[in-house]
Amino acid sequence: MKELQFDSAVIGGGAAGMAAALELSARGLSCAVIEREDELGGILMQCIHNGFGLIEFNEELSGPEFAQRLEEKVRSAAITPFCGATVIEVEDNGEHKVISCVSGAWGVIRIKARAVVLAMGCRERNRGNIRIPGSRPAGVFTAGLAQRLVNIEGYIPGKDVVIIGSGDIGLIMARRMSWIGCKVHAVVEILPYPSGLTRNIVQCLKDFGIPLYLSHLTTNIYGQDRVEGVEVTPIENGALMFDRSFRIPCDTVLLSVGLVPENELSRSLGIDLSPMTNGPWVDSTLMTSVPGVFACGNVLHVHDLVDFVVEEARRAGSFAADWLAGRRKDKELRVKAGSNVRYVTPGRLDPARDNKLYLRTLIVKNDAVLEVRLNNKTVRSQKKSHVQPSEMISFNLGPSELAAARESPDSVLEVSIL
Amino acid sequence: MRQELICITCPIGCHLWVEGLAGGEIQVSGNKCPRGAVYAREETVAPKRVVTATCRAGGYRDPHGPRPSLAAPRRVPIRTTGAIPREGIAGLLESLYALELSLPVRKGDVVMRDVLGTGIDVVVTRSIG
Ligand SMILES: Cc1cc2nc3c(=O)[nH]c(=O)nc-3n(C[C@H](O)[C@H](O)[C@H](O)COP(=O)(O)OP(=O)(O)OC[C@H]3O[C@@H](n4cnc5c(N)ncnc54)[C@H](O)[C@@H]3O)c2cc1C
Ligand code: SF4
Repeated sequence: MKELQFDSAVIGGGAAGMAAALELSARGLSCAVIEREDELGGILMQCIHNGFGLIEFNEELSGPEFAQRLEEKVRSAAITPFCGATVIEVEDNGEHKVISCVSGAWGVIRIKARAVVLAMGCRERNRGNIRIPGSRPAGVFTAGLAQRLVNIEGYIPGKDVVIIGSGDIGLIMARRMSWIGCKVHAVVEILPYPSGLTRNIVQCLKDFGIPLYLSHLTTNIYGQDRVEGVEVTPIENGALMFDRSFRIPCDTVLLSVGLVPENELSRSLGIDLSPMTNGPWVDSTLMTSVPGVFACGNVLHVHDLVDFVVEEARRAGSFAADWLAGRRKDKELRVKAGSNVRYVTPGRLDPARDNKLYLRTLIVKNDAVLEVRLNNKTVRSQKKSHVQPSEMISFNLGPSELAAARESPDSVLEVSIL
Repeated sequence: MRQELICITCPIGCHLWVEGLAGGEIQVSGNKCPRGAVYAREETVAPKRVVTATCRAGGYRDPHGPRPSLAAPRRVPIRTTGAIPREGIAGLLESLYALELSLPVRKGDVVMRDVLGTGIDVVVTRSIG
C-alpha cells in the first residue's frame, strides 16, 4: 500500500477542489487533489453549454473550457492530482487526517494531511426521492445522467421526452434533446414557479415552444418494458385535481428534481450537517465541526453559478492555509435565517473582518428588501429588484456593520428577505 | 409600449424593461451591464443564440490501455464563438453532426469558419487525446 504525506489534501477535483488547491499551493503548502474520475473538472465536463465564467474570467465559456482553464493552472502549480482515485474513508487522528483511497492504477493509497478541504460536489435526486407511482419501465433517467450520456458518451437516451422538474439541468437538457433531434413534449413542475434560472426558461423552453406546466404533479409513469407515457395532474390550493389529469405519451422521462450535497464521507468523519443545506455546518472560516476540515462548492450547499463556487473555494483554501499557519478564530457571531430565508451560510461570522454570505430565499418577489439585523437592530437594508428561490443571493458584511458584535458576546445576526 | 424581457446574455438574468421611443428607437432599463441593452435591441429585432453541440470523436485511445474504456469520451464538445441568427441554427447543427474530428483535438481548434457569413467560427471546447 502506498502511503503519502502532504500539508493539505482536497477531496474532489471539480471547480471547487481545483480552486481550493490553487489557493493552498499559492500559499506555499503542498497539496494533493483526489478525484475519482479519470480527469479533473467534475460536473463541468458534461456541461458543454455556455454560461460559465462571466464573473471569474469576464468571458462566457462552456463548462469544459472553464474546467480546462483551472486545470492548466493546477498542472503548472505544485499540486499533486490523483485522478481515478476514490476516497472511501477519512479518519481524524488529531494531528493528521488520514484519507484512504482506492484506485485502479495504484490500489489502495493512504494520504496523510494536516488540513483537508471537502469538495465532493453533489448528486442528483432520483425517482425514489420523489416517489412517483407507476410501473418500473426502462427510460427513466436523471437529467444529469442523460447529459453525460449525450454530451460525453454519445448515446441518445430516447426520442420523445418529458422532463420532470424545472431545475437548470432539466432545462438545459430540454434544449440539448431538442438540438439532437428529439421531441421534448413538456416540462412538469410541482411548484408555482420554475426552479431553474430565468435565462434558461427563455433560451431552453420558449425558443423551442416547449410547454412548462407549473403547479402540476406527475402522478404516474406508464409502460411495461419501456416508458409509454406519464400522467400529469394539476394542483390547486394544495389539492390534486384528478378530474383534470391528463396523459402525455413519451418514451423517455428525465428527472431534474434537485441536487443533494454528497456527504457520506463527511458523515463518517462525524461532521455536523445542516438540515437546511444538507451540507456541513461551517464557521466563519468555512471550517466544519471537525477542526482542520473545510468545505466548499456544491458539497457545502448547492450553487447555481460556478463563479461563486470558485470564489468560495478560494476562500476555503485560504482559510485552511491560515489554519495551518496556526491562526485560530477569534470571537464569532451566530447567523440565523429570518423571514423568507431558507438558509444562510456560513453559520458564523467574524466581526473583525469582511465576511461573504450566501442565502436562498423561499419566495418570488419584485422589489424585495434584504434586511440584516444584528441583535435586533437593522444594520443593512438593501433593495433587490427581483428575488426567487433558484437564484442564490450573495452579499458582504464588514467590520463597520458588525461593530456591535465585538462588544457583546452571543450576538445574533438575522437575515431576512422582506 | 413597455415590454419586459429577461437578458439571457449571462446567468445573472437581469429583468429588462424595453420602451419603444419615437423613430423606432428603444430605451432599455434594468440591465446591470451594457450587454443587456445590446441584447434587448437584438432580441426585439433579430434574435441570436450561441450554439453548443458535439461532434463525433474518431480514433480515441485510452491512456490506460489499448482498448477505449466504456466512459471514454466519444463526442467532442464544440461551440460557436458568438451568437448566430436563430433561424440558422438547425442547418448549422445538421452540418456539425455530419463531422467526425480525429483525435487528438485541442481547445480552440476551429471546426468551421465564418458560419453563415457572420464572421463567427465553431471551435472545440475541450482538449481530448
Ligand atoms: C447540469 C448543470 C448545469 C450547470 N450550468 C451552469 C451554468 O450555466 N453556469 C454556471 O456558472 N454554473 C452552472 N452550473 C453550476 C456549476 O457548474 C457547479 O455548481 C460547479 O461546477 C460545482 O463544482 P464542485 O467542484 O462543487 O462540484 P463537482 O463539479 O461535482 O465536483 C466534485 C468532484 O468530486 C469528485 N468526488 C466526489 N466524491 C468523491 C470521492 N469520494 N472520491 C474522489 N472524488 C470524489 C467527483 O467525481 C467530482 O469530480 C451547472 C451545474 C450543473 C450540474
Ligand atoms: S444585463 Fe449584463 S449582467 Fe444583466 S443578465 Fe445581461 S449580461 Fe448579465
